[in-house]
Amino acid sequence: MKDFIEGSEAVARAVCLCKPGVISAYPITPQTHIVEGLAQMVADGRLKSQFVNVESEHSAASVVLGAVAVGQRVFTASSSQGLILMSEVIFNIAGMRMPVVMACVNRALSAPINIWNDLQDSMALRDSGWVQFYAENNQEAADLIFQAYRLAEDPRALIPVMVCLDGYILSHGLEVVDIPEEDKVTQFLPPFNPSEKLDTANPKSFGLLAGPDYYLEIRHDLHQTVKDALTLIPDITADFKRIFGRNSGGLVESYRLEDAEMAIVSAGSVCGTIKDTVDVLRAEGKKVGLLRIITYRPFPEELILQALAKVPMIAVLDKAVSLGASGPIYADLKAAFQGKPGKKISGYIAGLGGRDITPDTIKEIFKQLAGPEVSDQFIGLKN
Amino acid sequence: MPEHLLSPGHTACAGCGQSLAARLVLDAAGPNTIIVNNTGCLEVFSTTYPDTAWEVPFIHSLFENAAAVASGVEAALRQSGKLAEVRVISQAGDGGTADIGLQALSGMWERGHDILSVCYDNEAYMNTGIQRSGLTPTYTSTSTSPAGQSSTGNPRPKKNIVEIAVAHGIPYVATASAGFPLDLQKKVKKAMAIRGPKFLHVHVPCPLGWRHEPEQTYQIARLAVETGLFPMIEFENGKISGRYLIVKPKPVEDYLKPQGRFRHLFKPAAEAALKEIQELANRNIERYGLLKTAGS
Repeated sequence: MKDFIEGSEAVARAVCLCKPGVISAYPITPQTHIVEGLAQMVADGRLKSQFVNVESEHSAASVVLGAVAVGQRVFTASSSQGLILMSEVIFNIAGMRMPVVMACVNRALSAPINIWNDLQDSMALRDSGWVQFYAENNQEAADLIFQAYRLAEDPRALIPVMVCLDGYILSHGLEVVDIPEEDKVTQFLPPFNPSEKLDTANPKSFGLLAGPDYYLEIRHDLHQTVKDALTLIPDITADFKRIFGRNSGGLVESYRLEDAEMAIVSAGSVCGTIKDTVDVLRAEGKKVGLLRIITYRPFPEELILQALAKVPMIAVLDKAVSLGASGPIYADLKAAFQGKPGKKISGYIAGLGGRDITPDTIKEIFKQLAGPEVSDQFIGLKN
Repeated sequence: MPEHLLSPGHTACAGCGQSLAARLVLDAAGPNTIIVNNTGCLEVFSTTYPDTAWEVPFIHSLFENAAAVASGVEAALRQSGKLAEVRVISQAGDGGTADIGLQALSGMWERGHDILSVCYDNEAYMNTGIQRSGLTPTYTSTSTSPAGQSSTGNPRPKKNIVEIAVAHGIPYVATASAGFPLDLQKKVKKAMAIRGPKFLHVHVPCPLGWRHEPEQTYQIARLAVETGLFPMIEFENGKISGRYLIVKPKPVEDYLKPQGRFRHLFKPAAEAALKEIQELANRNIERYGLLKTAGS
């Protein structure tokens, strides 16, 4: 059914269709609409779920960890400071191989306190062992929820998945979204029935102390499993298309890259603006394109190398910065192209704290890309 | 069924009061129990990969979040209709309960989860090397509140975590001791029969941190109660409903003297401090009515 709804509602309705048994969250802007929506669904009896109102994000993440360990499908959501407060549990959830699905409504980090969008919050957790999906629009945000559960709970994976959507731009922005029928979701997403769980009939211990004799292997297993998701995700998106009839999610999206001489690499809703600008510049005869990263962790290095193989000039647009170094996607891209000569790869940082990224910002980046190679050029700084 | 639900062979120190109390608690709770454990000695000595001493489902996540993880476990059991048959215990040391874990614990109590939280109180951060916690008693020498030329040890009184629990309006709060095993198990069984949040505060000597001989654990635990320094009391629905009565309170020196952590108090200069500790015991006896009189 198609509805004109905000991204938060699209996500809430998608989560509702996945029927999590336990939901826990703590209020933080701009994530709140998602869990408010879910709370109302529970209150109305449309969703039979335990909604646990906790005293912090740290506890929200801990509640869903405990619940998923018993074998219930779970959901939580957060933003910014809330996600960072959760971060200790975020790492722990991945290490314990708990298939938690959460939404991160991306927002800037304090200080200064700022409630508007950029990607600094989720990017700071890229090393945690979670799969990270970045949505371009509200439809994709909803669709990635279904795919997130499918991936997280796959017995070959059992890893947590974070669906990232830009605060306000998507969470509070209205778009037409096709919310699928329940039977299609049932067809796509099998019931969650983990083989290992807290069960008095078959007592097992979770969260053990592993010393130097074991830790390295356990972390290697997790690293390998997260990387192996690169082979699971394309199958999941193919199956999604078969059942729901549309392309949505995946690893990366190439946009007008065929003969491109310049490309921007980025993630999230800004890619909509980049696509429009690429169309305008193409109409002017400029050979430009976009590579959109949908799955940032695991990092789809091979696909990125293939997609950009023939593009000589690459601009990475990060809405985050590793302070004192560069944008995070830029650093990953440089590492991927290490030892492959003949490329200019420049890093640009824009849009922090909700500063608008307009078509003019994108044009400015393409213009600067023709100039000297840079690694951490902020765009749009005022004097 | 194994003889004990916390198996022997774990790596706790000889004379560990916590391992003794944890075994008594779980045996009283029975096999249909899920244990959620904060980080600390108990978790470390019982679950060194690939071994576990737990004969019931056990989960450890982090230092401060057992109460929240247990809330999730309980919510999941509620959702699947299994809460009638499976019980949840959330357990931690004194730091995990009264310091770093207090927020999550307060949230769990306030939300009314059907969980027994147990604090094994050995009065300092023993797992990291005997640092002071909020439950370290007055004038204890620890590695971060050492006695010295210008210090008599920990300058602050022990936080009253029991009355903090009572203030949450939860149906059952009790203290117990490794020195009173039958009383401890009776309280666990009583708590498990009550639906809603329960809190059990168990005093557990630590030979390493308290610097006493391992074979003295039981006796020292009893002395803490018999001096009035650790009142054994019960609260039901906010009102005191049970107390371990003392016929003739022993002087606090009897309890303090065998412990190296109080050695500095037995120098002439520390006379006032010793007197202050005796006053603390006296105040406990008066506050909770611990003295056995002809009528009680």
